[in-house]
Amino acid sequence: MQLPILSILIFLPIVGIGILLILNRKHHQGLKVATLAISLVEFVVSLPLWFNFNSQTAAMQFVERREWLPTYGISYYVGIDGFSLLLIMLTTFLTPICVLATWDDIQHRVKEFMVCLLFLLTGMIGVFVSLDLFLFYVFWEVMLIPMYLLIGVWGNPARRVYAAIKFFLFTMFGSLLMLVAILVLYFHYGKTTGTYTFDLLKMYGMSIPFNLQFWMFLAFGLAFAIKVPMFPFHTWLPDAHTEAPTVGSVILAAVLLKMGTYGFLRFNMPMFPQAAHYFVPLFSILALIGIVYGALVSMMQKDLKRLIAFSSVSHLGFVMLGLFTFTMPGVQGGIIQMINHGLSTGALFLIVGIIYERRHTRMISEFGGLSTPMPIYAIIFMIVTLSSIGLPGLNGFVGEFLILLGTFQVNKVYATIAATGVIFAACYMLWMFQRVMFGKVTNDKNQDLKDLSWREIAIFAPLILFIVWIGVYPSTFLDKTKASTENFLAMMEKAKSTQVSQSHVFKGEAQ
Amino acid sequence: MTFTIPSFQLSSIGPWLTLTVTAILILVLDALSPKGRKVCFSWLALTGLAVAAFQTIGLWGATGADFARMVYLDNFAFFFYLIFILGAALTVLISRQYLEDYGKNMGEYYALILFATVGMMLMAAGAHLIMIFLGLEIMSIAVYVLAGLFREDLRSNEAALKYLILGSFSSAFLLFGMAMLYGASGGTLFLDDLPLRLGADPAMAPLVLLGMGLLIVGFGFKVAAAPFHMWTPDVYEGAPTSITAFMSVAVKAAAFAAFARVFFLAFPAIKVDWNMLIWVLAVATMTIGNVVAISQTNIKRMLAYSSIAHAGYLLVALVAANQLGAMSLLYYLLAYTLMNLGAFGVVILVGRKKDSYLNIYDYSGLGAQHPVLAASMALFMFALAGIPPTAGFVGKFYIFSAAVQAGYIWLAIIGVMNSLVSVFYYLRITVLMYMKPAEADLGPVDFSPAQTAVVALTAAGVLAIGIFPGFLYNLALNAVKIFPGL
Repeated sequence: MQLPILSILIFLPIVGIGILLILNRKHHQGLKVATLAISLVEFVVSLPLWFNFNSQTAAMQFVERREWLPTYGISYYVGIDGFSLLLIMLTTFLTPICVLATWDDIQHRVKEFMVCLLFLLTGMIGVFVSLDLFLFYVFWEVMLIPMYLLIGVWGNPARRVYAAIKFFLFTMFGSLLMLVAILVLYFHYGKTTGTYTFDLLKMYGMSIPFNLQFWMFLAFGLAFAIKVPMFPFHTWLPDAHTEAPTVGSVILAAVLLKMGTYGFLRFNMPMFPQAAHYFVPLFSILALIGIVYGALVSMMQKDLKRLIAFSSVSHLGFVMLGLFTFTMPGVQGGIIQMINHGLSTGALFLIVGIIYERRHTRMISEFGGLSTPMPIYAIIFMIVTLSSIGLPGLNGFVGEFLILLGTFQVNKVYATIAATGVIFAACYMLWMFQRVMFGKVTNDKNQDLKDLSWREIAIFAPLILFIVWIGVYPSTFLDKTKASTENFLAMMEKAKSTQVSQSHVFKGEAQ
Repeated sequence: MTFTIPSFQLSSIGPWLTLTVTAILILVLDALSPKGRKVCFSWLALTGLAVAAFQTIGLWGATGADFARMVYLDNFAFFFYLIFILGAALTVLISRQYLEDYGKNMGEYYALILFATVGMMLMAAGAHLIMIFLGLEIMSIAVYVLAGLFREDLRSNEAALKYLILGSFSSAFLLFGMAMLYGASGGTLFLDDLPLRLGADPAMAPLVLLGMGLLIVGFGFKVAAAPFHMWTPDVYEGAPTSITAFMSVAVKAAAFAAFARVFFLAFPAIKVDWNMLIWVLAVATMTIGNVVAISQTNIKRMLAYSSIAHAGYLLVALVAANQLGAMSLLYYLLAYTLMNLGAFGVVILVGRKKDSYLNIYDYSGLGAQHPVLAASMALFMFALAGIPPTAGFVGKFYIFSAAVQAGYIWLAIIGVMNSLVSVFYYLRITVLMYMKPAEADLGPVDFSPAQTAVVALTAAGVLAIGIFPGFLYNLALNAVKIFPGL
């Protein structure tokens, strides 16, 4: 019998919470070590997914299915394909790093912090593996609570409450409309086929009238677009990123934002393919605005974290652009760019966290010439900066190149505009790097900054490893998603030629 | 002239009898026992409730009507019996310590709670409009008295008086509506007979509509639906906290039981009309409750407005008027009983001696000083806001499913947007507890075993039926099979 790896991944953190709860809250070190151990076990458990994953097939793997509320068609149904595999690996890989990064950062209410972190882990894994719409929605919402607490309790005292509530309400707004959409879909499926189910894979094959697809796409799309975040729904992001504690920002950027793009890939596009084709111009243009706007606003930021936050808007714009090309390089580039953004931006937030811990400020003007007191730090910072810009040989290049390639195949104007985003990225990132790291030490407080400790180097080493690996040999990762992407594209292509009826707005089934 | 006494089975009203006898026993014992030895009443009341619960479970599955067709025997009624018993039992548990602080731990308090519970059972099982009215009055009079329990306290007096006067007014509406229906039906008030008789004479249609409208006013008052909700905040604030809890869950549940049964059974012919009316009522209730709750700083007032909002969600289930809707009504009322009583349990614990800490800012820093208490409160707040994996989420999911199934998509959208508004004020409590420094040292909280047990039990319940909703779903679905038209 096969081990239920996915269930173990989902519930191991819950068990971990149980362990943490019985530990003494005064022993901060003990709590941190325990959480680190749990997250490492989680990572180890997730490794077989990677090695036993069959990249030849687009079918769901490691599937588990149990009845949950059978009369309602709700089941505990999990499984992964190439898309989710990469994101799960990213999640389990980053969590131990995040725990390590809390070592000096989090000093009060450590127990609660670690409980939130583990709870968040459960939610994140759950979102990526759910194949049942109800189950997915539960995880999608559950995840809000720990993230809200992370921002609100351990964030920056000045504006953390504002940022936390804004984050919660924005996300909730989108998801509640999605809930109604899920219900409409459920009853539509039940009415047309006679079976009532929340099974996602069954929904894929469903024929939905275009009119309904249109609204459904917008309702799901709003929830995901807020999460991504796409322009103009991005305003929660800079606040949440800036006020969250370092680890909160890392997880937010690296994993939570990916849920939005993943949502498009897993739910929106395959379920409503005709509407997806219809909306390509709208979403591509929003993505382009995001790319350029995010980059321009980044350039003007005085706060390091805000700068990185806006750069996320720009990078995620690339991902969305790539996904909406519906071409092999575009979609694959989008997926690999999700991972890249997770690694690079996660690393950037950790880098800012390091100097924030030492100086308690994130203002660019407070720094300058840091490469003199902190040479190792400077090297790591440089590598990550270049990866974020998209220097060939590092991961960012692969993603952006593929996305531009895909976009060029469908629309040369889009590709041209997007390419300017790459240039802007170089501007704001390098300018920021220059102002923080180069030149003479202008501020006396920076004179004696300590360079990275071994623990801090251990945080960055694995990140750098993958930044280079993806840059040099992306096939390791692209191969895993190839079959899934092909299958996805075939579905989208088929939809293009299938006619769906134009009318029939959903009217319910009673009466 | 001879009277024949119709045959009846006492066992079909077993739970009522048990509770009545227990209540009378408490009153007698109270009168006989010397002052200062009144500890046992809560246990007596709990025993009575437990026996009644067993009897209800024993009745489960029975069908038909008894006492000359006056009393329904069906799972719908029994499900509500269990909700009432649960609500009453939890209320009794949170009451003792609270009342002792006020020096009001009196026998009649428990007796009145039991009497009110009997009244609720009459409402849920009444097969005749007069039965429902009697139940409503038995319940209401007991609750009027309970609201004014602290007779030295001006606000408690205000609450009782306000509730009494407005309540009588609404009862009059209800009665007047029944009179209209009596006329329109040609002289019957049996719920079974009403649908046929009401449709018999087209000339009577306006009278039927008027009667139905008046019933909506009467029931709307009891469930605290806008625009008949004005009494709620003042009464909820002024009444003893334990009674506020009781009113917000059990009284509401009873009113909804009667509301649902009467409208589902008696008015299928004018479904369109009452659907439309209640649609408006539901939207107004949700919106007013949630929007006004945002600006409240007294936790009892906040929960009062929140309970108005929840009445609005429950009205959505009525509007849907399908099997799923009726089922969701039952599920949600049970879930609401757990989460709201749990929240009030925390309010009583935090309020301590004579409700000294009822401002929401008194919750500042609770997370640091009493982590477990704060965590339970946070759980109840998230549950009330409808966030998974709690019972509140599943309940809302069912209700909005029902609305979507019936084609009321806009109503569902208005409903979810209202939950979004509600998230704001529920979250504020968690913000205060976890993200603000304590304004003052709260000092030790007196965790009496019974009150702690209530908080623990409800918290566990909220999570348990949120994560494993299947059992209750089937139970509730089974209970609403009695409405053939749905």
